[in-house]
Amino acid sequence: MPGAAPPAVSPPRARPVADEAGDVAAPMIAARGLRKSYDGRLDILKGVDLAVSPGERVALIGANGCGKSTLLKCLIALHGISGGSLSTMGRDLSRPVGPEVQRQVRRQTGFVFQKHCLVRRRTVLSNVVHGFFGEAGSWRAFSHNLAPAGWREAAMESLAEVRLAERALARADSLSGGQQQRVAIARALVRRPRLLIADEPAASLDPVSGRNVMELFTRLCATHGITLLFTSHDMAHALGHASRVVALKQGRVLFDKPPSQVTPADLKETFDD
Amino acid sequence: MTDAGKAAPGRLSGLTPLHFVTLVTLGALILASMGQVAPSPRQLASGVPGMVDLVGRMMPPSTEPGFLWRVTVRIVETFQIALVGAAIGIVLSLPIAWLGARGVSPLGRGSYLVKALVSLLRTIPDLVWALLFVATVGLGAVAGTMTIMVDTIGFCGRFFAEAMEDAEKEPQEALSAMGAGRGSILAGAILPDIMPSLINSSLFALEKAVRSSVVLGLVGAGGIGQELKVAFDLFQYRNASTIILVIFLIVLAMEFCADKLRARVQ
Repeated sequence: MPGAAPPAVSPPRARPVADEAGDVAAPMIAARGLRKSYDGRLDILKGVDLAVSPGERVALIGANGCGKSTLLKCLIALHGISGGSLSTMGRDLSRPVGPEVQRQVRRQTGFVFQKHCLVRRRTVLSNVVHGFFGEAGSWRAFSHNLAPAGWREAAMESLAEVRLAERALARADSLSGGQQQRVAIARALVRRPRLLIADEPAASLDPVSGRNVMELFTRLCATHGITLLFTSHDMAHALGHASRVVALKQGRVLFDKPPSQVTPADLKETFDD
Repeated sequence: MTDAGKAAPGRLSGLTPLHFVTLVTLGALILASMGQVAPSPRQLASGVPGMVDLVGRMMPPSTEPGFLWRVTVRIVETFQIALVGAAIGIVLSLPIAWLGARGVSPLGRGSYLVKALVSLLRTIPDLVWALLFVATVGLGAVAGTMTIMVDTIGFCGRFFAEAMEDAEKEPQEALSAMGAGRGSILAGAILPDIMPSLINSSLFALEKAVRSSVVLGLVGAGGIGQELKVAFDLFQYRNASTIILVIFLIVLAMEFCADKLRARVQ
Protein backbone atom coordinates (compact mmCIF):
# COMPACT_ATOMS: atom_id res chain seq x y z
CA MET A 1 0.00 0.00 0.00
CA PRO A 2 1.42 3.44 -0.88
CA GLY A 3 2.57 6.02 1.67
CA ALA A 4 4.13 5.72 5.07
CA ALA A 5 2.74 3.28 7.64
CA PRO A 6 0.14 4.83 9.95
CA PRO A 7 1.19 5.45 13.52
CA ALA A 8 -0.01 3.12 16.26
CA VAL A 9 -3.19 4.12 18.06
CA SER A 10 -2.30 6.11 21.16
CA PRO A 11 -4.28 6.38 24.42
CA PRO A 12 -7.14 8.91 24.49
CA ARG A 13 -5.87 12.46 24.62
CA ALA A 14 -7.19 15.58 26.28
CA ARG A 15 -8.98 18.19 24.20
CA PRO A 16 -6.42 20.90 23.32
CA VAL A 17 -7.17 24.14 25.07
CA ALA A 18 -7.21 26.93 22.48
CA ASP A 19 -6.08 30.38 23.60
CA GLU A 20 -9.01 31.87 21.78
CA ALA A 21 -11.65 29.54 23.17
CA GLY A 22 -13.94 32.51 23.66
CA ASP A 23 -16.23 32.69 26.67
CA VAL A 24 -16.44 29.06 27.83
CA ALA A 25 -19.35 29.89 30.16
CA ALA A 26 -21.36 31.47 27.33
CA PRO A 27 -24.14 29.51 25.58
CA MET A 28 -22.89 27.49 22.64
CA ILE A 29 -25.35 29.23 20.34
CA ALA A 30 -27.48 32.29 21.00
CA ALA A 31 -29.58 33.56 18.09
CA ARG A 32 -32.30 36.21 18.44
CA GLY A 33 -34.46 37.33 15.55
CA LEU A 34 -31.89 35.90 13.14
CA ARG A 35 -32.67 36.75 9.53
CA LYS A 36 -30.96 35.63 6.35
CA SER A 37 -31.80 36.65 2.81
CA TYR A 38 -29.99 36.19 -0.46
CA ASP A 39 -29.45 39.22 -2.72
CA GLY A 40 -31.53 41.21 -0.22
CA ARG A 41 -34.76 39.70 -1.57
CA LEU A 42 -35.38 36.03 -0.93
CA ASP A 43 -35.90 35.60 2.83
CA ILE A 44 -34.76 32.16 3.99
CA LEU A 45 -34.69 32.81 7.75
CA LYS A 46 -37.28 35.31 9.00
CA GLY A 47 -36.40 35.75 12.67
CA VAL A 48 -35.07 32.60 14.32
CA ASP A 49 -34.69 32.45 18.12
CA LEU A 50 -32.45 29.61 19.26
CA ALA A 51 -30.35 29.00 22.36
CA VAL A 52 -28.19 25.91 22.78
CA SER A 53 -26.33 25.20 26.02
CA PRO A 54 -23.11 23.20 26.36
CA GLY A 55 -23.62 19.43 26.31
CA GLU A 56 -27.09 19.52 24.69
CA ARG A 57 -28.04 17.37 21.71
CA VAL A 58 -30.43 19.36 19.53
CA ALA A 59 -32.27 18.05 16.48
CA LEU A 60 -33.37 20.61 13.92
CA ILE A 61 -36.28 19.40 11.80
CA GLY A 62 -38.35 20.92 9.02
CA ALA A 63 -39.47 20.53 5.42
CA ASN A 64 -37.08 21.00 2.50
CA GLY A 65 -36.26 24.67 1.96
CA CYS A 66 -37.30 25.79 5.45
CA GLY A 67 -33.78 27.12 6.15
CA LYS A 68 -32.15 24.36 8.23
CA SER A 69 -28.91 24.15 6.23
CA THR A 70 -28.72 27.93 5.88
CA LEU A 71 -29.03 28.30 9.66
CA LEU A 72 -26.26 25.77 10.28
CA LYS A 73 -23.93 27.57 7.86
CA CYS A 74 -24.68 30.93 9.51
CA LEU A 75 -23.65 29.46 12.88
CA ILE A 76 -20.01 29.10 11.78
CA ALA A 77 -19.96 32.21 9.57
CA LEU A 78 -19.94 30.26 6.31
CA HIS A 79 -22.82 32.62 5.48
CA GLY A 80 -23.16 36.10 6.97
CA ILE A 81 -26.53 36.96 8.54
CA SER A 82 -28.85 39.70 7.26
CA GLY A 83 -30.41 40.78 10.56
CA GLY A 84 -30.96 39.99 14.24
CA SER A 85 -28.14 38.80 16.49
CA LEU A 86 -26.02 35.66 16.58
CA SER A 87 -23.28 34.49 18.87
CA THR A 88 -21.48 31.15 18.62
CA MET A 89 -19.35 30.10 21.61
CA GLY A 90 -19.32 33.70 22.78
CA ARG A 91 -18.15 35.11 19.42
CA ASP A 92 -20.44 37.78 18.04
CA LEU A 93 -21.29 36.91 14.43
CA SER A 94 -24.04 39.53 14.07
CA ARG A 95 -21.86 41.65 11.81
CA PRO A 96 -19.47 40.52 9.06
CA VAL A 97 -16.37 39.13 10.76
CA GLY A 98 -12.80 38.84 9.55
CA PRO A 99 -10.97 35.63 8.68
CA GLU A 100 -9.38 35.42 12.16
CA VAL A 101 -12.73 35.30 14.02
CA GLN A 102 -14.06 32.84 11.42
CA ARG A 103 -11.07 30.59 12.05
CA GLN A 104 -11.50 30.86 15.83
CA VAL A 105 -15.12 29.71 15.61
CA ARG A 106 -14.44 26.98 13.07
CA ARG A 107 -11.45 25.61 14.99
CA GLN A 108 -13.80 24.70 17.82
CA THR A 109 -16.56 23.37 15.62
CA GLY A 110 -16.80 20.11 13.74
CA PHE A 111 -19.09 20.13 10.69
CA VAL A 112 -20.43 16.98 9.05
CA PHE A 113 -22.27 17.42 5.76
CA GLN A 114 -25.04 15.33 4.20
CA LYS A 115 -22.59 14.15 1.57
CA HIS A 116 -19.42 13.15 3.39
CA CYS A 117 -17.39 15.71 1.34
CA LEU A 118 -14.16 13.74 1.52
CA VAL A 119 -11.31 14.40 -0.90
CA ARG A 120 -11.87 11.14 -2.75
CA ARG A 121 -8.41 10.68 -4.26
CA ARG A 122 -6.67 11.03 -0.89
CA THR A 123 -6.18 8.39 1.79
CA VAL A 124 -8.57 8.02 4.70
CA LEU A 125 -5.81 9.15 7.08
CA SER A 126 -5.05 12.30 5.05
CA ASN A 127 -8.76 13.15 5.02
CA VAL A 128 -8.89 12.95 8.81
CA VAL A 129 -5.68 15.00 9.12
CA HIS A 130 -7.46 17.66 7.00
CA GLY A 131 -9.45 18.32 10.17
CA PHE A 132 -6.42 20.29 11.39
CA PHE A 133 -6.71 22.90 8.63
CA GLY A 134 -7.00 26.28 10.30
CA GLU A 135 -4.43 25.40 12.99
CA ALA A 136 -1.05 27.13 13.04
CA GLY A 137 1.17 25.56 10.36
CA SER A 138 -1.86 23.97 8.81
CA TRP A 139 -0.19 23.61 5.39
CA ARG A 140 1.08 20.37 6.92
CA ALA A 141 -2.51 19.13 7.12
CA PHE A 142 -2.37 18.77 3.31
CA SER A 143 -1.29 15.15 3.68
CA HIS A 144 -0.65 12.70 6.51
CA ASN A 145 2.88 12.26 5.16
CA LEU A 146 3.66 15.89 6.03
CA ALA A 147 1.62 16.18 9.24
CA PRO A 148 3.29 16.44 12.67
CA ALA A 149 3.37 13.21 14.69
CA GLY A 150 0.76 14.55 17.14
CA TRP A 151 -1.74 15.18 14.35
CA ARG A 152 -1.17 11.74 12.86
CA GLU A 153 -1.70 10.12 16.26
CA ALA A 154 -4.84 12.16 16.88
CA ALA A 155 -6.15 11.18 13.43
CA MET A 156 -5.50 7.49 14.10
CA GLU A 157 -7.23 7.82 17.46
CA SER A 158 -10.25 9.40 15.77
CA LEU A 159 -10.30 6.64 13.15
CA ALA A 160 -10.16 4.02 15.89
CA GLU A 161 -13.19 5.66 17.51
CA VAL A 162 -15.17 5.17 14.31
CA ARG A 163 -13.66 1.68 13.90
CA LEU A 164 -11.80 2.43 10.67
CA ALA A 165 -8.18 2.52 11.86
CA GLU A 166 -7.34 -0.51 9.75
CA ARG A 167 -8.41 1.33 6.56
CA ALA A 168 -6.18 4.35 7.26
CA LEU A 169 -4.17 4.03 4.04
CA ALA A 170 -7.08 3.11 1.76
CA ARG A 171 -8.22 5.69 -0.77
CA ALA A 172 -11.33 7.50 0.46
CA ASP A 173 -13.38 6.59 -2.61
CA SER A 174 -12.73 2.88 -2.06
CA LEU A 175 -14.95 2.93 1.08
CA SER A 176 -18.71 2.38 1.24
CA GLY A 177 -21.05 5.35 1.81
CA GLY A 178 -21.47 4.53 5.51
CA GLN A 179 -17.72 4.15 6.00
CA GLN A 180 -17.07 7.46 4.23
CA GLN A 181 -19.53 9.18 6.54
CA ARG A 182 -17.71 7.66 9.52
CA VAL A 183 -14.43 9.08 8.15
CA ALA A 184 -16.15 12.49 7.89
CA ILE A 185 -17.16 12.14 11.57
CA ALA A 186 -13.57 11.23 12.51
CA ARG A 187 -12.38 14.32 10.61
CA ALA A 188 -14.90 16.52 12.43
CA LEU A 189 -13.89 15.12 15.83
CA VAL A 190 -10.11 15.02 15.38
CA ARG A 191 -9.63 18.44 16.99
CA ARG A 192 -12.04 17.59 19.82
CA PRO A 193 -14.42 20.43 18.96
CA ARG A 194 -16.74 21.95 21.56
CA LEU A 195 -19.60 21.99 19.08
CA LEU A 196 -20.47 19.41 16.42
CA ILE A 197 -22.86 20.42 13.64
CA ALA A 198 -24.23 17.76 11.31
CA ASP A 199 -26.39 18.55 8.29
CA GLU A 200 -28.54 15.47 7.61
CA PRO A 201 -25.61 13.13 8.30
CA ALA A 202 -27.60 9.97 7.63
CA ALA A 203 -29.62 11.14 4.62
CA SER A 204 -27.45 9.49 1.97
CA LEU A 205 -27.12 6.19 3.86
CA ASP A 206 -29.20 3.01 4.02
CA PRO A 207 -31.34 2.62 7.18
CA VAL A 208 -28.86 0.39 9.03
CA SER A 209 -25.82 2.55 8.21
CA GLY A 210 -27.85 5.66 9.07
CA ARG A 211 -28.80 4.27 12.47
CA ASN A 212 -25.18 3.24 13.14
CA VAL A 213 -23.92 6.70 12.23
CA MET A 214 -26.44 8.38 14.53
CA GLU A 215 -25.55 6.03 17.40
CA LEU A 216 -21.90 6.82 16.81
CA PHE A 217 -22.63 10.56 16.99
CA THR A 218 -24.55 10.22 20.25
CA ARG A 219 -21.91 8.00 21.86
CA LEU A 220 -18.91 10.15 20.84
CA CYS A 221 -20.56 13.43 21.81
CA ALA A 222 -21.52 11.99 25.20
CA THR A 223 -18.01 10.56 25.74
CA HIS A 224 -16.20 13.79 24.87
CA GLY A 225 -18.76 16.27 26.21
CA ILE A 226 -19.40 17.76 22.77
CA THR A 227 -22.55 19.78 22.06
CA LEU A 228 -24.42 18.31 19.08
CA LEU A 229 -26.72 20.14 16.69
CA PHE A 230 -28.02 18.07 13.78
CA THR A 231 -30.72 18.23 11.15
CA SER A 232 -32.68 15.19 10.04
CA HIS A 233 -35.71 14.21 7.98
CA ASP A 234 -35.83 10.89 9.84
CA MET A 235 -38.00 11.38 12.91
CA ALA A 236 -36.65 8.18 14.51
CA HIS A 237 -33.20 9.83 14.48
CA ALA A 238 -34.46 13.21 15.65
CA LEU A 239 -36.61 11.87 18.47
CA GLY A 240 -34.26 9.04 19.44
CA HIS A 241 -30.92 10.83 19.59
CA ALA A 242 -31.71 14.40 20.65
CA SER A 243 -32.40 15.93 24.03
CA ARG A 244 -34.37 18.72 22.33
CA VAL A 245 -36.21 19.02 19.05
CA VAL A 246 -36.47 22.38 17.28
CA ALA A 247 -38.83 22.61 14.30
CA LEU A 248 -38.38 25.24 11.60
CA LYS A 249 -41.19 26.26 9.31
CA GLN A 250 -40.95 28.94 6.64
CA GLY A 251 -37.87 30.47 8.22
CA ARG A 252 -39.20 30.61 11.80
CA VAL A 253 -39.11 28.33 14.86
CA LEU A 254 -42.42 26.47 15.03
CA PHE A 255 -41.74 24.63 18.28
CA ASP A 256 -38.83 23.85 20.60
CA LYS A 257 -39.45 21.02 23.08
CA PRO A 258 -38.06 17.72 24.42
CA PRO A 259 -38.64 14.68 22.16
CA SER A 260 -41.04 13.14 24.68
CA GLN A 261 -43.43 16.08 24.20
CA VAL A 262 -43.40 16.09 20.39
CA THR A 263 -46.79 14.87 19.12
CA PRO A 264 -47.83 13.53 15.72
CA ALA A 265 -49.86 16.76 15.32
CA ASP A 266 -46.64 18.80 15.82
CA LEU A 267 -44.89 16.80 13.11
CA LYS A 268 -47.89 17.10 10.75
CA GLU A 269 -47.91 20.85 11.17
CA THR A 270 -44.11 20.99 10.65
CA PHE A 271 -44.15 19.16 7.33
CA ASP A 272 -47.57 20.23 5.91
CA ASP A 273 -47.53 22.97 3.26
CA MET B 1 -56.21 15.81 -25.81
CA THR B 2 -56.61 19.09 -27.65
CA ASP B 3 -53.40 18.55 -29.68
CA ALA B 4 -54.74 15.36 -31.33
CA GLY B 5 -54.49 15.43 -35.12
CA LYS B 6 -52.26 18.51 -35.21
CA ALA B 7 -50.09 18.66 -38.38
CA ALA B 8 -46.34 17.99 -38.08
CA PRO B 9 -44.23 21.19 -38.03
CA GLY B 10 -42.47 22.20 -41.26
CA ARG B 11 -39.05 20.62 -41.95
CA LEU B 12 -37.31 24.01 -41.86
CA SER B 13 -39.40 25.49 -39.06
CA GLY B 14 -36.28 25.82 -36.85
CA LEU B 15 -34.49 27.93 -39.49
CA THR B 16 -35.01 31.58 -38.60
CA PRO B 17 -34.39 34.39 -41.15
CA LEU B 18 -31.28 35.35 -39.15
CA HIS B 19 -29.90 31.79 -39.37
CA PHE B 20 -30.63 31.73 -43.11
CA VAL B 21 -28.86 35.05 -43.78
CA THR B 22 -25.87 33.99 -41.65
CA LEU B 23 -25.49 30.68 -43.50
CA VAL B 24 -25.75 32.30 -46.94
CA THR B 25 -23.22 35.01 -45.97
CA LEU B 26 -20.78 32.43 -44.62
CA GLY B 27 -21.10 30.31 -47.78
CA ALA B 28 -20.53 33.36 -50.02
CA LEU B 29 -17.45 34.34 -47.98
CA ILE B 30 -15.91 30.88 -48.32
CA LEU B 31 -16.57 30.75 -52.09
CA ALA B 32 -15.14 34.23 -52.64
CA SER B 33 -12.05 33.40 -50.59
CA MET B 34 -11.48 30.14 -52.48
CA GLY B 35 -11.36 32.10 -55.71
CA GLN B 36 -8.52 34.21 -54.34
CA VAL B 37 -6.33 31.87 -52.26
CA ALA B 38 -7.17 28.21 -53.06
CA PRO B 39 -4.98 26.46 -55.65
CA SER B 40 -6.59 26.15 -59.06
CA PRO B 41 -6.65 22.70 -60.79
CA ARG B 42 -4.12 24.08 -63.32
CA GLN B 43 -1.74 25.15 -60.56
CA LEU B 44 -2.09 21.75 -58.88
CA ALA B 45 -1.41 19.94 -62.16
CA SER B 46 1.68 22.04 -62.92
CA GLY B 47 2.99 21.64 -59.34
CA VAL B 48 2.93 17.84 -59.35
CA PRO B 49 6.05 17.34 -61.56
CA GLY B 50 7.98 19.79 -59.35
CA MET B 51 6.91 17.88 -56.24
CA VAL B 52 7.94 14.54 -57.77
CA ASP B 53 11.29 16.04 -58.77
CA LEU B 54 11.87 17.38 -55.21
CA VAL B 55 11.00 14.04 -53.60
CA GLY B 56 13.39 12.35 -56.05
CA ARG B 57 16.21 14.70 -55.03
CA MET B 58 15.48 13.96 -51.33
CA MET B 59 16.03 10.22 -51.81
CA PRO B 60 17.82 8.41 -50.35
CA PRO B 61 18.09 10.23 -47.01
CA SER B 62 21.65 11.16 -46.07
CA THR B 63 23.47 8.78 -43.68
CA GLU B 64 26.85 10.54 -43.72
CA PRO B 65 28.31 9.95 -40.18
CA GLY B 66 29.40 13.57 -39.58
CA PHE B 67 25.94 14.86 -40.53
CA LEU B 68 24.16 12.22 -38.41
CA TRP B 69 26.24 13.26 -35.38
CA ARG B 70 25.26 16.93 -35.97
CA VAL B 71 21.61 15.92 -36.18
CA THR B 72 21.91 13.90 -32.95
CA VAL B 73 23.36 16.89 -31.11
CA ARG B 74 20.56 19.11 -32.44
CA ILE B 75 17.90 16.56 -31.50
CA VAL B 76 19.20 16.44 -27.93
CA GLU B 77 19.10 20.26 -27.85
CA THR B 78 15.52 20.18 -29.21
CA PHE B 79 14.50 17.82 -26.42
CA GLN B 80 16.18 20.01 -23.83
CA ILE B 81 14.32 23.07 -25.13
CA ALA B 82 11.00 21.20 -25.06
CA LEU B 83 11.49 19.60 -21.64
CA VAL B 84 12.87 22.61 -19.78
CA GLY B 85 10.46 25.08 -21.42
CA ALA B 86 7.44 22.84 -20.77
CA ALA B 87 8.51 22.02 -17.19
CA ILE B 88 8.98 25.67 -16.20
CA GLY B 89 5.79 26.62 -18.05
CA ILE B 90 3.73 23.92 -16.28
CA VAL B 91 5.04 24.93 -12.84
CA LEU B 92 4.32 28.63 -13.50
CA SER B 93 0.88 27.78 -14.90
CA LEU B 94 -0.34 26.45 -11.55
CA PRO B 95 -0.30 29.74 -9.58
CA ILE B 96 -1.37 31.68 -12.67
CA ALA B 97 -4.34 29.33 -13.19
CA TRP B 98 -5.28 29.66 -9.51
CA LEU B 99 -5.28 33.45 -9.80
CA GLY B 100 -7.38 33.23 -12.97
CA ALA B 101 -9.91 30.55 -11.92
CA ARG B 102 -13.39 32.00 -11.41
CA GLY B 103 -14.80 31.29 -7.94
CA VAL B 104 -11.45 29.96 -6.71
CA SER B 105 -9.08 32.88 -7.26
CA PRO B 106 -8.17 35.03 -4.25
CA LEU B 107 -8.34 38.05 -6.61
CA GLY B 108 -12.15 37.94 -7.01
CA ARG B 109 -13.06 39.87 -10.15
CA GLY B 110 -9.35 40.49 -10.77
CA SER B 111 -9.28 36.92 -12.05
CA TYR B 112 -10.62 38.19 -15.40
CA LEU B 113 -7.43 40.23 -15.88
CA VAL B 114 -5.29 37.15 -15.27
CA LYS B 115 -7.41 35.17 -17.73
CA ALA B 116 -7.02 37.95 -20.31
CA LEU B 117 -3.24 37.82 -19.86
CA VAL B 118 -3.23 34.04 -20.36
CA SER B 119 -5.38 34.51 -23.51
CA LEU B 120 -2.84 37.02 -24.81
CA LEU B 121 0.01 34.53 -24.29
CA ARG B 122 -2.00 31.87 -26.12
CA THR B 123 -3.16 34.08 -28.99
CA ILE B 124 0.30 35.07 -30.19
CA PRO B 125 1.75 32.17 -32.28
CA ASP B 126 4.92 30.48 -31.02
CA LEU B 127 6.97 31.54 -34.04
CA VAL B 128 6.15 35.18 -33.27
CA TRP B 129 7.23 34.67 -29.63
CA ALA B 130 10.43 33.06 -30.94
CA LEU B 131 11.13 36.11 -33.16
CA LEU B 132 10.58 38.39 -30.14
CA PHE B 133 12.90 36.37 -27.90
CA VAL B 134 15.59 36.02 -30.59
CA ALA B 135 15.48 39.82 -30.88
CA THR B 136 15.78 40.27 -27.09
CA VAL B 137 18.04 37.45 -25.82
CA GLY B 138 19.78 36.60 -29.10
CA LEU B 139 19.97 33.54 -31.37
CA GLY B 140 19.99 30.06 -29.83
CA ALA B 141 18.36 27.62 -27.47
CA VAL B 142 17.57 30.12 -24.67
CA ALA B 143 15.16 31.98 -26.98
CA GLY B 144 13.56 28.63 -27.86
CA THR B 145 13.17 27.64 -24.21
CA MET B 146 11.53 30.98 -23.37
CA THR B 147 9.18 30.56 -26.32
CA ILE B 148 8.08 27.10 -25.19
CA MET B 149 7.67 28.38 -21.62
CA VAL B 150 5.35 31.22 -22.65
CA ASP B 151 3.44 28.98 -25.05
CA THR B 152 2.97 26.37 -22.30
CA ILE B 153 1.68 28.99 -19.84
CA GLY B 154 -0.87 30.10 -22.44
CA PHE B 155 -2.01 26.50 -22.94
CA CYS B 156 -1.83 25.06 -19.41
CA GLY B 157 -2.93 28.31 -17.74
CA ARG B 158 -6.28 28.00 -19.46
CA PHE B 159 -6.84 24.27 -18.95
CA PHE B 160 -5.61 24.26 -15.35
CA ALA B 161 -7.94 27.18 -14.54
CA GLU B 162 -10.92 25.42 -16.13
CA ALA B 163 -10.14 22.25 -14.17
CA MET B 164 -9.96 24.24 -10.93
CA GLU B 165 -13.32 25.87 -11.68
CA ASP B 166 -14.88 22.43 -12.29
CA ALA B 167 -13.38 20.79 -9.18
CA GLU B 168 -15.83 19.22 -6.71
CA LYS B 169 -17.27 21.96 -4.50
CA GLU B 170 -18.33 19.85 -1.49
CA PRO B 171 -14.83 18.97 -0.21
CA GLN B 172 -13.85 22.63 -0.62
CA GLU B 173 -16.82 23.69 1.49
CA ALA B 174 -15.94 21.03 4.09
CA LEU B 175 -12.36 22.31 4.41
CA SER B 176 -13.60 25.88 4.57
CA ALA B 177 -15.93 24.86 7.43
CA MET B 178 -12.85 23.64 9.32
CA GLY B 179 -11.14 27.00 8.99
CA ALA B 180 -8.96 26.29 5.96
CA GLY B 181 -7.84 29.33 3.96
CA ARG B 182 -7.85 29.58 0.16
CA GLY B 183 -4.32 28.21 -0.17
CA SER B 184 -5.13 25.22 2.04
CA ILE B 185 -8.32 24.53 0.06
CA LEU B 186 -6.30 24.61 -3.16
CA ALA B 187 -3.69 22.19 -1.81
CA GLY B 188 -6.05 20.01 0.23
CA ALA B 189 -9.12 19.68 -1.97
CA ILE B 190 -8.74 21.17 -5.44
CA LEU B 191 -5.36 19.84 -6.58
CA PRO B 192 -5.97 16.22 -5.49
CA ASP B 193 -9.37 16.28 -7.25
CA ILE B 194 -8.05 17.61 -10.55
CA MET B 195 -4.73 15.74 -10.59
CA PRO B 196 -5.65 13.46 -13.56
CA SER B 197 -6.72 16.51 -15.56
CA LEU B 198 -3.50 18.36 -14.65
CA ILE B 199 -1.37 15.40 -15.72
CA ASN B 200 -3.33 15.05 -18.98
CA SER B 201 -2.97 18.72 -19.84
CA SER B 202 0.73 18.63 -18.93
CA LEU B 203 1.32 15.65 -21.23
CA PHE B 204 -0.47 17.45 -24.09
CA ALA B 205 1.68 20.51 -23.34
CA LEU B 206 4.82 18.38 -23.53
CA GLU B 207 3.72 16.87 -26.87
CA LYS B 208 2.97 20.36 -28.15
CA ALA B 209 6.35 21.59 -26.89
CA VAL B 210 8.22 18.84 -28.75
CA ARG B 211 6.34 19.65 -31.98
CA SER B 212 6.93 23.38 -31.55
CA SER B 213 10.60 23.04 -30.64
CA VAL B 214 11.43 21.32 -33.93
CA VAL B 215 10.34 24.35 -35.95
CA LEU B 216 11.69 27.12 -33.70
CA GLY B 217 15.11 26.78 -35.30
CA LEU B 218 13.61 28.13 -38.55
CA VAL B 219 13.73 31.60 -36.94
CA GLY B 220 17.01 31.03 -35.11
CA ALA B 221 15.70 29.86 -31.73
CA GLY B 222 17.81 26.69 -31.55
CA GLY B 223 17.08 23.01 -32.06
CA ILE B 224 16.84 20.73 -35.10
CA GLY B 225 14.83 23.30 -37.06
CA GLN B 226 18.00 25.34 -37.55
CA GLU B 227 19.64 22.34 -39.28
CA LEU B 228 16.54 21.87 -41.46
CA LYS B 229 16.63 25.50 -42.55
CA VAL B 230 20.33 25.23 -43.47
CA ALA B 231 19.63 22.05 -45.47
CA PHE B 232 16.89 23.74 -47.53
CA ASP B 233 18.85 27.01 -47.93
CA LEU B 234 21.85 25.07 -49.33
CA PHE B 235 19.63 22.77 -51.47
CA GLN B 236 20.90 19.73 -49.48
CA TYR B 237 17.61 17.87 -49.93
CA ARG B 238 18.95 14.45 -48.84
CA ASN B 239 20.01 16.01 -45.53
CA ALA B 240 16.55 17.62 -45.27
CA SER B 241 14.78 14.28 -45.77
CA THR B 242 16.89 12.70 -42.99
CA ILE B 243 15.93 15.53 -40.63
CA ILE B 244 12.23 15.28 -41.54
CA LEU B 245 12.35 11.52 -40.95
CA VAL B 246 14.02 11.98 -37.54
CA ILE B 247 11.45 14.64 -36.56
CA PHE B 248 8.63 12.30 -37.58
CA LEU B 249 10.06 9.47 -35.46
CA ILE B 250 10.62 11.76 -32.47
CA VAL B 251 7.07 13.15 -32.52
CA LEU B 252 5.66 9.63 -33.01
CA ALA B 253 7.67 8.30 -30.02
CA MET B 254 6.60 11.26 -27.89
CA GLU B 255 2.92 10.72 -28.71
CA PHE B 256 3.25 6.98 -28.01
CA CYS B 257 4.83 7.60 -24.58
CA ALA B 258 2.27 10.31 -23.72
CA ASP B 259 -0.63 7.99 -24.69
CA LYS B 260 0.79 5.23 -22.47
CA LEU B 261 1.19 7.63 -19.53
CA ARG B 262 -2.32 9.03 -20.05
CA ALA B 263 -3.78 5.53 -20.03
CA ARG B 264 -2.05 4.84 -16.71
CA VAL B 265 -3.35 8.08 -15.18
CA GLN B 266 -6.94 7.23 -16.17
